[in-house]
Amino acid sequence: MPLRNDFDQLVDVKGGFISREIFVDADIYRQELDKVFTRAWLLVGHESLVPNPGDFYTSRMGEESVILCRDKKGEIHVFLNSCRHRGMKVCRYEQGNTSLFTCPYHSWTYTTDGKLQGVPLHRTLYDGVLDREANSLVSVAKLCNYKGSIWATWDKNAPDFITYLGDAKIHLDQALDCRDGREGGSEVIGVHKWVFPANWKFAAENFLGDTYHNPSHRSVDLIGIGPSAAAGKKGRRDDELEKAQHVWISFPEGHGVHSAIQPEANEYIESFLDNPILEQYFRHCFEERKRRLGEGARLLPFVGTIFPNTSYHGRQPRGLCAWHPHSPTSTEGWRFFLVDKDAPKEAKEYLRRYYMRYSGPAGMTEQDDMENWLYATAASTGTVARRYPFNYQQSMGAYVTDHPLGGDVSLQVTEQIARGFYRRWTTYMQGGDWHELLGSPAGNRQAAE
Amino acid sequence: MTTTVQDQDRQQQAAPATNAPIERSAAYYRLKADVEDFYYHEADLLDDRRFRDWLELLTDDISYFMPIRRNVKFGQQAARENTKRGEGISWFDEDKWTLTKRVEQILTGVHYAEEPLSRITHMVSNVQIKGARPQIDAARELDVTSRFLVYQNRVEYETYIFVGRRNDTLRLTDNGWKIARREILLEQNILLAKNLTTFF
Repeated sequence: MPLRNDFDQLVDVKGGFISREIFVDADIYRQELDKVFTRAWLLVGHESLVPNPGDFYTSRMGEESVILCRDKKGEIHVFLNSCRHRGMKVCRYEQGNTSLFTCPYHSWTYTTDGKLQGVPLHRTLYDGVLDREANSLVSVAKLCNYKGSIWATWDKNAPDFITYLGDAKIHLDQALDCRDGREGGSEVIGVHKWVFPANWKFAAENFLGDTYHNPSHRSVDLIGIGPSAAAGKKGRRDDELEKAQHVWISFPEGHGVHSAIQPEANEYIESFLDNPILEQYFRHCFEERKRRLGEGARLLPFVGTIFPNTSYHGRQPRGLCAWHPHSPTSTEGWRFFLVDKDAPKEAKEYLRRYYMRYSGPAGMTEQDDMENWLYATAASTGTVARRYPFNYQQSMGAYVTDHPLGGDVSLQVTEQIARGFYRRWTTYMQGGDWHELLGSPAGNRQAAE
Repeated sequence: MTTTVQDQDRQQQAAPATNAPIERSAAYYRLKADVEDFYYHEADLLDDRRFRDWLELLTDDISYFMPIRRNVKFGQQAARENTKRGEGISWFDEDKWTLTKRVEQILTGVHYAEEPLSRITHMVSNVQIKGARPQIDAARELDVTSRFLVYQNRVEYETYIFVGRRNDTLRLTDNGWKIARREILLEQNILLAKNLTTFF
């Protein structure tokens, strides 16, 4: 049995075995918080949650509470939500607008750009010399507003976010861009937050491109909950990818996506049999996107995970998920639901209803995911169970490394993406430098070039 | 400035409630007993897993709504604490069609989040009639508030307790009382359950 700190043995990518320890062990989990979650770029929120100066939204990074805030000048910040004096949360509201964060404990106050402003009895008790600058709220090291989505890292040596994304960028782009091909332009119409008893990596891996778990959604496919379900159509989503070549891609940074490439004769596929307004709108978006992006419009996103814990659904139900670790066997899921800000009312109304019936703990599709993640975690905690690693041998070697999309591209359902994810997870756990964390040299394509 | 927000809040809270409390007449108590009986019957149908029969208790135009509850500053509760029916994302903002789909899904026998079925008990209490139309002794439509405690035990060790309040509109039909509108206020912010597979 491998030692718990011997990550090369725990994660045997070549043999296709990954130890259950990394999904249940408390010590490995503590190390993850330090070695993965204080270094990688993490999703914090979206600019539409803080549209005006003074707006704030409390979020999480790893296990810790942070405040996403737009200061009085309009600049966006992310701070640790903890007073520098005794650690009390300076904000216990989810969202709002303020000119100051006042700590309830001893009334230190902070401005919206994180600076310590008020210290009661500053002159008498601190001789008037307390260094306010040094006692500002702890800020993230780097922050990026990427097409409206807000990302941050605690590591000042981390590469910029675009470099971090690598070739996964164009896939994430399509979750963030307008349906008609314009860049950005999305808004969050609501956020689900819930806690489920499973290791966070089950959720991250599910969205990496684990298309193999499709049978677990048989119940929704049987009854039909898709766009045309009321007209009698079965299945859980529309048919827009029915003629597409699906691709599963593992990127050297640890990201993974399942996207699709439409055939050369990229034609709109009718999707709203009982709603002519929606049919017309989405047909318009399709044609407009094709006009703007040309050949590029053939690439459609499906799902993906940006290492380590941000997943997206690129088409419908479109959104970004953050899988916040709570404990080795517990995770807090957050899903930010996205629509085009300027989509017509009918489209927004349809989308929000579809998102609610599909996604999250009240969603007919994803309820079954949570059941799987829970009992897979629960049945892996035992002493005997831990002796037997999970099997990751699916589609070994069935990928190409010279595809124009970059990364390891597979044309069949594959665990190559998961293997790539855990290979990179291992590099983080071993304290690799950023050169290695971005995937070189690790025998991957860039290294070979 | 704060006072203004609070005043607005009180006004907004006062707005949806119907004027004065209904007089506690014999007619009120007769009707209240009927409504309680209806709720106990509803709970039986759900807990006995007679989901299709439960659907029959809903009007065809039912609006079934469970907002997400948020932590907001004092004075902003009415305006901001709950997500709103008909906009954005809530836990449930459903019509009869989606509720029927949820029932159909459980009845496939392969909805793994409810297969094997959970053991669930619905407790209903604090029933009060807050509005009666056209009047209490010949009511065709009622506004009723109540509290619920829903206990769910699943597979072996999974246990969830959902506590909250319901604001219903009941309508009298040829087949007795039916639920035309339901608002479910679960007393949680972050959902402390992996799933919401039960009906409330």
